Formats: sequence, C-alpha cells, structure tokens
Amino acid sequence: MADIRFEGVGHSYDGGRTWALRPMTWTWRHAKAYALLGPSGCGKTTLLNIISGLLTPTVGRVWFGDRDVTEVPTAGRNIAQVFQFPVLYESMSVYNNLAFPLRNRRYPKQEIDARVRKVSRLLGLDGHLDRRSRRLDPGRQQIVSLGRGLVRADVAAVLLDEPLTVIDPALKWTLRSKLKEIHRETGHTLIYVTHDQTEALTFADEVVVLNDGDVVQAGRPTELFLAPEHEFVGHFIGSPGMNMVPAEIVGGVVRVGAAAAGRAVGTGGELADGPVRIGVRPEFVQMSAQPVTPGLPGRITGVDRMGAYHLVRAEVDGHPFVAKVDRATAAARDVEHFRFAADRAFLFRDAVRCGALAPLGEEAQP
Amino acid sequence: MSEKTAVAGSVVAGDIVTDDLPAEQPAEPWAGEPADDVKPRNNRAWLLVLPVVVSVAFTAVIPLMTVVNYSVQDVFSPVDRIFVGLEWFRSVSRDPEVRAAFLRTLMFSLQVLLLEIPLGVLIAVCMPRRGRLVPVALVVVALPLLIPWNVVGTMWQIFARADIGLAGWVINNGLGIDFNYTLDSTDAWITVLLMDIWHWTPLVALLAYAGLRAIPGPYFQAAQIDGASAWQVFRHIQLPRLRGVLTIAILLRFMDSFMIYTEPFVVTGGGPGNATSFLSILLSKVAVGQFDLGPAGAFSLLYFLFVQIVSFVFFTVLTRTGR
Repeated sequence: MADIRFEGVGHSYDGGRTWALRPMTWTWRHAKAYALLGPSGCGKTTLLNIISGLLTPTVGRVWFGDRDVTEVPTAGRNIAQVFQFPVLYESMSVYNNLAFPLRNRRYPKQEIDARVRKVSRLLGLDGHLDRRSRRLDPGRQQIVSLGRGLVRADVAAVLLDEPLTVIDPALKWTLRSKLKEIHRETGHTLIYVTHDQTEALTFADEVVVLNDGDVVQAGRPTELFLAPEHEFVGHFIGSPGMNMVPAEIVGGVVRVGAAAAGRAVGTGGELADGPVRIGVRPEFVQMSAQPVTPGLPGRITGVDRMGAYHLVRAEVDGHPFVAKVDRATAAARDVEHFRFAADRAFLFRDAVRCGALAPLGEEAQP
Repeated sequence: MSEKTAVAGSVVAGDIVTDDLPAEQPAEPWAGEPADDVKPRNNRAWLLVLPVVVSVAFTAVIPLMTVVNYSVQDVFSPVDRIFVGLEWFRSVSRDPEVRAAFLRTLMFSLQVLLLEIPLGVLIAVCMPRRGRLVPVALVVVALPLLIPWNVVGTMWQIFARADIGLAGWVINNGLGIDFNYTLDSTDAWITVLLMDIWHWTPLVALLAYAGLRAIPGPYFQAAQIDGASAWQVFRHIQLPRLRGVLTIAILLRFMDSFMIYTEPFVVTGGGPGNATSFLSILLSKVAVGQFDLGPAGAFSLLYFLFVQIVSFVFFTVLTRTGR
C-alpha cells in the first residue's frame, strides 16, 4: 500500500556490456493504473520482473514505500503477476486456483471464500468454479490466471504482462473494462505491459513508453498523443504514426528543401541553425489550396479510403507524408499544400523534441 | 526372450496399419479424379501398404504363427508330432512352478515400479536445469543405460560377491552383515532388484527430466508469486505436467522388468533354488533346456498375452484418469 520507487535501477543480462534496462529513477504511484508500452525487447518484462523480484537488478535499489526490497525474494513482496499465456495449476479446480494464493498466506476461510466469489463474479467465472481448470478453453484459462492475480486485496501491485494476448478481440474489450472496474474498486497499483497502443491508451491513467531500455516519455494518454517528447513516441503511438520530415533551421526559419515550413520556436530559448526533423501527426494536417504556414507543399501519391476518414498519401521533398482528412477534403485532388494545426507541429533534434513550428510572421517571409 | 519382445512390438504395429487402412483410402480421390460415387474406392492404396504388410508378416506374424503352431502340438521329432489342442495351455497355466514364477515376476515388476518411478522423478527434480553442470549430469545419469545388459549382469555379479566384490566385501566385513547372494534367497533378490534399479532408474530420470524441462518458466514464477512451497510446486505444477512422460516410463519399466532375463541369468542364473527364477528364465529352461517345444509355445503365448493386456490396461487407465 505504498509507492514503488526505483532508485537508479538498471539491469544487464551480460554483466554490464549492454543494458536491458538502463539505470532509471522512477516512482510508481500508489493506486494508479500504468501502462508500460514499447516494442518487443525494450525492457518491459525485465522491468516487471524487477518489481516482482524474479530478477534482482544489476544496479540500484527498489523501494516499496520506505522498505528496501531489492534483495527480498518474490514471496516476500506481496506482488501479483499475470503472464502472457495462461499459467494455471491444472490439476486444481477453478475455485482452488483462485484460492491458492490466499490459502498459502493463511487467510481465514470465510475471507478466502468471499474474495474468490467476488473475483469470479467480476470476471464472469461463476458457472465454472467447480470445473478443472485444464478443461477450460485458453481464453477462459487466461481469465482464471487474471483472477488469481486480482484475488488478493492487499498486494503492493498487480503486474500484468500482456495479459490479453490470447483472448479474442470481442472479449478483450469486456475484460479491459472489467479490469478498470476492478482497479477502481480495489485501488491496486496496476502495471500493465503491452505493445498495443489502443490497449495502453484506453486502460491507463499514465502511459510509460519504453524504448531500448529507457523511459522515453511518461504521461497521460492525451499528452503522449498531442505532445510527444520523443520521435519514438511520435511514431509508436498513433495509427498511422507521426510524419517525420527532415528539415533545416536557417536564421530561425525551418526550411524543407526550398520551401519555408514555418518559424522555429525553441522550448528552451532560441534554436541554433542546423538540421531538425518536423513531426506532425496525420490528424493535425489539413489540405489547403494556397501555400500557408505552418505547412508544406507536397505531391499527392494516393488516397486510402478508410470509411469514416481518408488517408491521403503524399511525398514532401521526397519523404512519405500522410494526412488523415475527412472525405470532403480528400475529394479535392488538386490541392498540393498541407496546413499544420497550430501548436501541433513539433521540431525534433537528435530524436528529442526541441521546439515547435509557428506561422511565419510577415517580417520573416522571404 | 528377445525374439518375444520383437514379436510383441511388431504385432502392435501391424494392428495399427490395418486399422488405418480404411480411414486413409477415401483421402485418395481428393488428389485426382472427381468422386462420382458416394463412397469412392481406390484399391491402389493396398499396393502402397504392401511393403509394410510383407515386412510385418516376416518379422512378426509368421514367427508368431510358428509359436502358435508348436503350442497346439506335441512334438516328438521334426517328423513325428500330434495335435493336442489346448492341452499345453491348460497344463502350463496349472503348473505350480509356472505360477510361482509368475507371482515372483509380478512382485519384482511391482517393486521395480514402486522404487524406480519415484527415485527417477527425484533424480530428475534434483538435476540442474541450466549451467555447465547440465551435460555432466546428463552423461553421468545416462551411463548405466549405455552398458550392454550382460555386462551389467557381470559387473553386478562381481560387485556383489562377498569375497572379492566391492559391495559384497564392504557389507560383510565393513558393516558386519552376513550377505551372500549365492546362498541366501533374500540377498539374491535384493541384488537383482538393486541391479535393475541401478540399470534402469536413469531411464525414468531422463524421461522425467525432459518432462520437467518442458515446463515454461512462468509456471515457477507464478508459484513463487503465489507463495507456493517447494512441495506444492512439485505437487501442483511439476507432477501434473509429468503425466505424459511418466505414463511412458511406467509402461516401459513394467514391460521390461516383467520380461527381465539377461541380468539375473548372469548374476544368479535363477537361484539360489529358484528364488530369482523369473518367468523368462523358466521359459528358456523349458524351451531351450528341455526342448519341450509345445509347452514352451503355450507358455510364450500366455506370457505375451499377459504383458500385452496389462500394458493396455495401464495405458488406458493412466491416460483416462484425471482428464
């Protein structure tokens, strides 16, 4: 019932030559729902295993509240974890599976029964309590595993390692909202690992994006979407991801080839001249008949009809570029200028956000 | 005895082949000609299974039939024989010596199973799961399996001798226990049993080890998280997941121990008295020693049927329970 703190925690599987998880200082706040988002091999599972104690970090200390648990084994940590595929005690009934973690911790019998019934009701396992867990279909087995993770009321955190991978899409939505419901009710700290951005964005209070063993950005889902701090967040979150166009700052003006895209506004003061990349989400690109800033000219190469919206594919200075527009604007095939929404086009230098693109004032117009 | 083993195995294989035939036939027309009949027939399939039929006939059916042939006749000489019907079956099944040997063999198999299966699982659980010790452990455990059976017998015959054998001498002179397998029936029994355990527990251990290695890591991690004790991990994760390999181990160990011949033959030759005279040893005495081909034929068939039936029952029970 406390925050989980990482103090310079890092892990290396090969004695320090490469980091699976780079040393990081981080606090997982009590009772919040986190989503840990990142591609395969980015260190998500390593991070989870460090929290649960299945791995001892190569460097750093792990704190649960004011207790240093770095060397404490899994059993002493009071953590629940749900794995990617169903992990069940196959010879036991569903009821016994759910009761197992409680019995091992010597809960009173009535309380075990009450907890098991509550969790099974929430997860829709009521009719299956007496069945052998091995006889259930894989989806339901995973729900039982999930239930075993949620059955203890006093855990420091529930760690979910891509728990919905084996469950079919229709059930996924139900289960995700169930999880949220259970989270609201129990107030567990939830850490949910996924590589599915929709899952992360709909589920979590806070999304932590990992790449190459580093936290590249953490924040509310809308922050990640509207204001990515790192190129990786830009293209990993969003479908399709953020457009990235190489550009050059010359005297405060961002230029792509011969065209001026807009005025560079640095986050921390003036931006020095040099190469940058313009990042703008397809959602914040409009079509325009005239040249306009912030914006860029482009050559349209095709239109994908997606139903409610169209994806306009184009080339900007030889680089692929996508705009997500409604049907009416997409029909006008002659437009060759893209206008970027105010404050939604950013500049990245060395993959990190360094500023934004603003309209060119009259005085800066060449 | 080794011929008998081959017969048992091949007949099973033959059964499967003939059972599969009708099922495979309808698949043929799918490949080419359209089916104009409700149940298309293509007899070319028989041609394709002909090699199997021929080889099974020569390796299993024909040898078995010669045994069947002997079992219903009284053979005086190659030219002088009379048909006696089921007479030999009746007399063999009533023979007190055969019955005693049967019970003795059954008891031996039972003890072998009760000791080797748990011991093998225990060894498998204790074997390292990763690291440099894995190949070392595998080689050490597998070593007894690589030794020819009669060599195993010879090794133990010397090893357990009271005068010059390491074990026998130590037991007699070191521990002060009177131990002599050539004179005492209990000592002989224990020697043969220990020898079988030494020789064949590694098989159970290796099978169980393979089964244990196949359990994904998250099962053990989940158990740690759920606060399970080592015993619970074994009882609820490892043991249920060993079901498949243990079924095979039990079957193999039952069949092999029930048909044990070479090792006790080398060590004790069935004695002292007939303390270690198992069915196979008695059978070879009747067939090769006394050359009673009729009774030996009936004996072999009964022996074979019993192993077959018990294996079938074992298999059915083990695969059905706990489903």
